[in-house]
Amino acid sequence: MASTPDYSWPPMDQRKVIGKPIKRLDGPQKASGRAKYPSDLKPQGLLFAAYMGSPHAHARITKIDTSDAEKTPGVKAVHIINPEGTEIQWEGMEVAAVAATTEEIANDALRKIKVDYEVLPHFVQEADLSKAGTRAKAGGEKVTGDPDQAFKDADVTSEGQYGIPVINHCCLEPHGAVVQWQGDQVHVFPSTQYISGTAPQLAPNIKVPVTNIHAHMDYIGGGFGSKFSPGKWTEVCAFLSQKAGGAPVKVFLDRKLEQLIPGNRPSAFAKIKLGGKKDGTITAWQSDAWGTGGFAGGNSPPLPYVVDRIPNTRLTYTGVSVNAGPNQAWRAPNNQQACYLTCSALEDFAAKAGMDPIDVFDKNFSYAPDARVDTYRFQLHKAAELAEWSKLWHPRGKGAAGTVKRGLGLGFSAWAGGGHASQCLTTINLDGSVTVELGSQDLGTGTRTIITQVAAETLGLPMSAIKLNIGDNSYPNSGASGGSSTVGGVSSSTRKSTMNALAKLYDVVAPSLGVDADHLEAVNGRIQVKGTPAKSLTWAAACKKIAGGGKISEMGENVQRNPGGLNSQGAAGVQIADVSVDTETGVVRVNRYVAVQDCGLVVNPWLAQSQIHGGIIMGISTALFEERIMDAQTGRMLNADMEFYKLAGIDDIGDIVVHLDIREENDKRGIIGLGEPCAIAICAAMGNAVANAIGVRVPNVPLTPDRVLTALEGRNA
Amino acid sequence: MSSRKEPKLPAKPNGVSRRGFLGGVGIGGGALGTGLLANEGASAAPPAANLVGPGPADITLTINGKPVNLKVEPRVTLLDALRNYIGITGAKRVCDRGACGACTVILAGKTVYSCTVLAIDAQGKNIETIEGLATGNSLHPVSAAFVAHDGQQCGYCTSGFVMAAKGFLDEHPNPTMDDVKHGLGGNLCRCGTYMGIRQAVLEAATKMKGAKNG
Repeated sequence: MASTPDYSWPPMDQRKVIGKPIKRLDGPQKASGRAKYPSDLKPQGLLFAAYMGSPHAHARITKIDTSDAEKTPGVKAVHIINPEGTEIQWEGMEVAAVAATTEEIANDALRKIKVDYEVLPHFVQEADLSKAGTRAKAGGEKVTGDPDQAFKDADVTSEGQYGIPVINHCCLEPHGAVVQWQGDQVHVFPSTQYISGTAPQLAPNIKVPVTNIHAHMDYIGGGFGSKFSPGKWTEVCAFLSQKAGGAPVKVFLDRKLEQLIPGNRPSAFAKIKLGGKKDGTITAWQSDAWGTGGFAGGNSPPLPYVVDRIPNTRLTYTGVSVNAGPNQAWRAPNNQQACYLTCSALEDFAAKAGMDPIDVFDKNFSYAPDARVDTYRFQLHKAAELAEWSKLWHPRGKGAAGTVKRGLGLGFSAWAGGGHASQCLTTINLDGSVTVELGSQDLGTGTRTIITQVAAETLGLPMSAIKLNIGDNSYPNSGASGGSSTVGGVSSSTRKSTMNALAKLYDVVAPSLGVDADHLEAVNGRIQVKGTPAKSLTWAAACKKIAGGGKISEMGENVQRNPGGLNSQGAAGVQIADVSVDTETGVVRVNRYVAVQDCGLVVNPWLAQSQIHGGIIMGISTALFEERIMDAQTGRMLNADMEFYKLAGIDDIGDIVVHLDIREENDKRGIIGLGEPCAIAICAAMGNAVANAIGVRVPNVPLTPDRVLTALEGRNA
Repeated sequence: MSSRKEPKLPAKPNGVSRRGFLGGVGIGGGALGTGLLANEGASAAPPAANLVGPGPADITLTINGKPVNLKVEPRVTLLDALRNYIGITGAKRVCDRGACGACTVILAGKTVYSCTVLAIDAQGKNIETIEGLATGNSLHPVSAAFVAHDGQQCGYCTSGFVMAAKGFLDEHPNPTMDDVKHGLGGNLCRCGTYMGIRQAVLEAATKMKGAKNG
């Protein structure tokens, strides 16, 4: 019998499939329009739902009359989501839904539902903390060392105020699902980041056993952290289906509701004071921060970010409750905020000290976690080289003459990543075919491709020989695609599962090759005696020897706490923005954006680069354009659409230069994950670049023309 | 460049609707949405007799060269007709207001946002959707280039981008990188695939020229 397999990754120089720039496997399906997303499904007898949200930010529902809606021909079900007496706490909060034979009928019927509200006072703007009154809840003060003495002793002190607003996920495929509730079985086709978690989360809300809920999804049109839970809409969809006698029902939020209710990123504002030495070493940090994540209050960002061993600190945080939709995880929760506040303050300190921020950042990376200090310094100088820092950087506001000013700015990031809990089942059949199954999902990050690469590498087969099944809760459980932990989780469980299956196949064929199973290897579509291709069987011939049920089925599991070296946590990155600012119009343009990023072992550098491009483009969009704009008078979101909630377009992003830090010392740490770490530092780097260009800090992102001109006016006043 | 064309108001009074009006005045960048309207005056829709609604009306759409009969209310957009009534789902409903381009199709040779065109107004013109691009098992050169350069992640914007790129290249077979950045400004992606798309469109231009010359 073979001993327990050694699951560790093959050495870098021996990999045949892992580490290669393989194109994404589902690319042709997507690029030909054949990929079917949950919102594309149209099963026989489908009913279309319309979904009503409150027009008021704060109100009590006093009366709901659905009688006219129910009488409308074509209407098959009406469901009241929040009954009379409910206190509405944000615009868009669910009131009722209708399912009908056409979407037009459903929308007409929804308009016939009469809802009376007692409108109550609202509060929706948190940027000015002095106006928050009782809606602000101060947390305690946290002090380390002796900040008062440290500020007295400081050679240089700098102060600033910075803000990063609430933004929307703006997934292109809205939140929603198709649900069919037939008898005691519920079939759910959700747009989700967590197919294995759909049934357990939905079951208690619709009071159906988990085993009776079947969840399936082939493709998802964006999630970014906002699609972990089935959400209220999936529940409502199930009730509508039940009321309609088991017909399938489709609920997808319209764009306005999509911008209002299924999630957003919390805001963060802070007044920050730094003290330090002439050589750039920070010795004292004081921050008073506030922000909102919706009605429930705020989320304190982790300050100081990365350089969290500054010896003398005083921190306060005030959470603000507003009448606006609740936050959800947003691609590296709290990190963009903490990064923006910290890196802005650090560059302002450098400017005050008359130093090059590269030197200040380098010096203060000694406050980063011990294991990352050298990595950050390496990345800082690599990024500086790629951005031509020594040639293009100038002291703040001291660039060339002319009305268009160029500037460079820095940002850094940290993220845990690692591998989520994941189980995989590999089946090797008598005919040589191989099936790999996981209850995971591919968000467009390339999960299908990397699982198949790992299986092919392990089994010594071409990728085309692997049949991969994901996206269904009948497959073994896999974690939510969040925290940049999917690639680590599914790669590790796949590695173990395929090795376990292969060990069983070795047992089957060892006698005919006349050696112990321990002496076999799978290479180039053959099972052979190690290093001896002459003593081998083809894969097909080897599989023909499988007895019993004619197949080998073996599980493999990634255990988060004990990943066995296949994955680990802790990614670092440094980024530099190079911008031009038109001081007459206030328009900021990106010239070039440089990212240096480590993420441990890279399964597919081609898809990894796409992830980094994506993180940066999303970041540039948030730095230049994105903001949830609330109207104090009406309590409503003024830009709950995609015309005035602007996303960056193809001409708004400059050129992006990616350096994947694939050094052997990083590779040895196993897989870490990438989706989030690359998306953190952009607002910070962009804000710093604009300050460098125009000589004055624009305190709040997005860096819109009006804010740039206002900052310039302040300087000139 | 199509996106620089002056928008024209609809020639037919009965063609004006909320969505048609929005398209006509160029909401959403106007660029892609106006192609249809610019072409509309020349279309051969029957006069006067086409007073329909508000109930469902029998219409015929020519989709990828083939006639499709369906019954829809006059207010139904071309996008919703494709997705909800016919089951052609490559075009996606994202903003539903002519701002994002995910629903892009080619109507009578012009790229349009199908969420800003009424289905009844799309009669008598060929509607090219992404489903009509591939021939057999081989991808259209634009689709193939999107795969080759990874101009896609979640893929929800991809169909619209591919159709916008196809329409753009039909009119501008020799684009520069700057032309691509300008010409595809009417489509939005949330995952951030623009770097790949830029390369894909330039490569597709080369391949499509090769196909025509060869």
